[in-house]
Amino acid sequence: MTTRSLTRRRVAKTALATTALVGMPFVRGAHAAGSLSIGFWDHWVPGANKATEDLVKEWGEKEKVETKIDYITSQGNKLLLTVAAEAQAKSGHDILAFSTWLPAEHAERLEPVNDLMEPLIKQNGAVNATVEYLGKQGGKWLAVPATVGSQIKGPCSRIDLMKQHAGIDVQAMYPAGAEPKAENWTFDTFLKAAEACHKGGNPFGIGLGITSDSVDTIGAVFHGYGAQLVDAKGNITVKSDAVRQALDYYKRLMAFLPPDVPAWDDASNNKWLVSGRGAMIMNPPSAWAVAKRDAPQVAEQCWTHGMPAGPKGRYAPFLPFFWGVWNFGKNKSAAKSLLLHMSQPSAAEKMVAASGGYDLPSFANLTTFKTWAEEGPPKGTLYHYPNPYNHQVLSIAAAPAPPKIAVQIYNQGLMTKMAVRHFQGEAIDKTIAWAESELEGFMRT
Amino acid sequence: MADIAVPRAGTAVGAGGRASLHRLMQRKSTIAFLMALPLILVISLLVAYPAFYSIYLATLNKSMERFVGLGNFSFLFGRETFWLVVKQSCIFAITAVIFKALIGFVVAHFVHNIPAKGQRKWRGMLLVPWVIPPAMSTLAWLWLFDPSYSAFNWILAIFGIDPVPWTGNAHWARFAVILVNIWVGAPFFMIMYLAALKSVPEQLYEAAAIDGATWWQRIWYVTLPMMRNIIAITALFSLIVTFANFDIVRVLTAGGPLDYTHIFATWAFRVGIESGDIPLGASVSLFMVPILAVAAWFILRDINQRGNEA
Repeated sequence: MTTRSLTRRRVAKTALATTALVGMPFVRGAHAAGSLSIGFWDHWVPGANKATEDLVKEWGEKEKVETKIDYITSQGNKLLLTVAAEAQAKSGHDILAFSTWLPAEHAERLEPVNDLMEPLIKQNGAVNATVEYLGKQGGKWLAVPATVGSQIKGPCSRIDLMKQHAGIDVQAMYPAGAEPKAENWTFDTFLKAAEACHKGGNPFGIGLGITSDSVDTIGAVFHGYGAQLVDAKGNITVKSDAVRQALDYYKRLMAFLPPDVPAWDDASNNKWLVSGRGAMIMNPPSAWAVAKRDAPQVAEQCWTHGMPAGPKGRYAPFLPFFWGVWNFGKNKSAAKSLLLHMSQPSAAEKMVAASGGYDLPSFANLTTFKTWAEEGPPKGTLYHYPNPYNHQVLSIAAAPAPPKIAVQIYNQGLMTKMAVRHFQGEAIDKTIAWAESELEGFMRT
Repeated sequence: MADIAVPRAGTAVGAGGRASLHRLMQRKSTIAFLMALPLILVISLLVAYPAFYSIYLATLNKSMERFVGLGNFSFLFGRETFWLVVKQSCIFAITAVIFKALIGFVVAHFVHNIPAKGQRKWRGMLLVPWVIPPAMSTLAWLWLFDPSYSAFNWILAIFGIDPVPWTGNAHWARFAVILVNIWVGAPFFMIMYLAALKSVPEQLYEAAAIDGATWWQRIWYVTLPMMRNIIAITALFSLIVTFANFDIVRVLTAGGPLDYTHIFATWAFRVGIESGDIPLGASVSLFMVPILAVAAWFILRDINQRGNEA
């Protein structure tokens, strides 16, 4: 097979003209341009991988590039281990999926993708500050935010139970097809609702373990109080009134949660909702999708909506996935060409549709696809999932600490541990002193 | 054995014969070495190389760009969580090994006393926990201990007993991980002790019976001394494996709640892979190597000395 390399110049040239070239082939000509190996995250929504498979196939045929896709599960940390192994071996896939913190962790080994991101932002709208925080360092874009796997972990409430116990009509607060009317949806209202649902026998299912769902929720609450453990410059700022307020709030909230929440993992809250025991969980629509299959009467009562607002703003946990290219990759130009293809609005729409609305593009102009408006039952249940009115700030726990510190705060569940220690009776000063000592350990370079 | 060259009758065994025999033996050892070479290579590749590579990693700084010598270890010694992990690893390994040894010893005696006809069936059944991959069997235990839907709690509820936070409370979580480790590991002790019991000469028990030894005296003065070597080797082997355990804790509690069930391997994974500090993770996982090596040296020396005395 005759091969022709894709040059950097070609990529740059095409990227600059992205808007005009949407839907047009990147490498034109009859010759093939080598082969490309891709490691995508293995989607847990059945059939969702088909969208990426089709898009890659379509691009490969057009560009005469032989493609090979590996779908790598995140179960058992397989994706994390694959990334670590490839980084150590300096060999691996030409394109690889990187979960939330991994681009920053491997910044030195990733090929800059500014030549893709700048035109994509012009075309698809701005990315939120969290994507920038995680995917860009010192003006260098480390990876392209992926639609597949990116998610907001806002509340998924039971319409009936919230009305019955707390007197809150979540559909009226977040009406399908219209702007949110959630001025009164604050931390105080949330706490009262948690208390009412607890009394009514359907407590909120908010975990306090150290897995992602638990950490994301507490992270959003800390942001709502303006509480930072470490500031953007890397200074430890845990001894603050804001941190005390956030811990105090969580202590009051925990009294209305199931007693075993410190042991919850990412499956526990899903089970809590699907079993019909809880009035609310914090999750992307995967729990609702499982309920649709296993407990349709529960799914019909689910409504995904925005987070309550704290004194310093309304923050929702956002976990983007990225697609990155190793700087030791063998076919970087072709990889970038494919990433450009995968980041087009039409491609994003296909991925969103294939995932039943689970996947989220990170670009501002791509939050109003019809999938979110039409998915149900109940119809419109996902309308507010992609934050179409920028009603809340998309954030990640442990930000704005430098990512190499933040990833340790996040993965070691420092905030949830603080909350549990304080809830179990430890004096707040002691909890904060313990956290400060842990943070000192995270400052290693 | 066919390996030994037997001189024919009437043939003088001179210096030349000895030399050729020597050459023959040399050739055989060469062949033996060549036959073992693939295994040596596999061990070098899969055991020796990773071991030395992890030692190398443990001497680097977090970004793996600078040699820091023993800096990672001195950093660890200043961390409260590290000493918590050391304490827990010791509690976990020592408690589990003691109970595995006790249960294995008792069950081995029961099985030994079962008539030969049905013994095989019992041996097979008792080995089941040990032959199932621990990650799989621990999943089943996880469902039994599930925070919200524990089968054990369901049974307790029938008797009006409050639910137990099996994995949500530090002490219960420690109990749970140790219990599962004992469940998985006790059959190994049982089968080793059973083999040892079968090798104790029956005459010793007969002599003890003639001397009027009680049941306990027979155990103390006959069985235990005869099993001493196998007990030492089994305990050492199990101690090393239990200290290095990963799957049971990872699946059951992931080190929680509040890090109270972390052991070396799970914390090394959390620090090294999940939190992006591979050198520190390597240092955590290597911390026990010198301690276990010294323990192994003493135990093996003791066994060797006893072997020489015999």
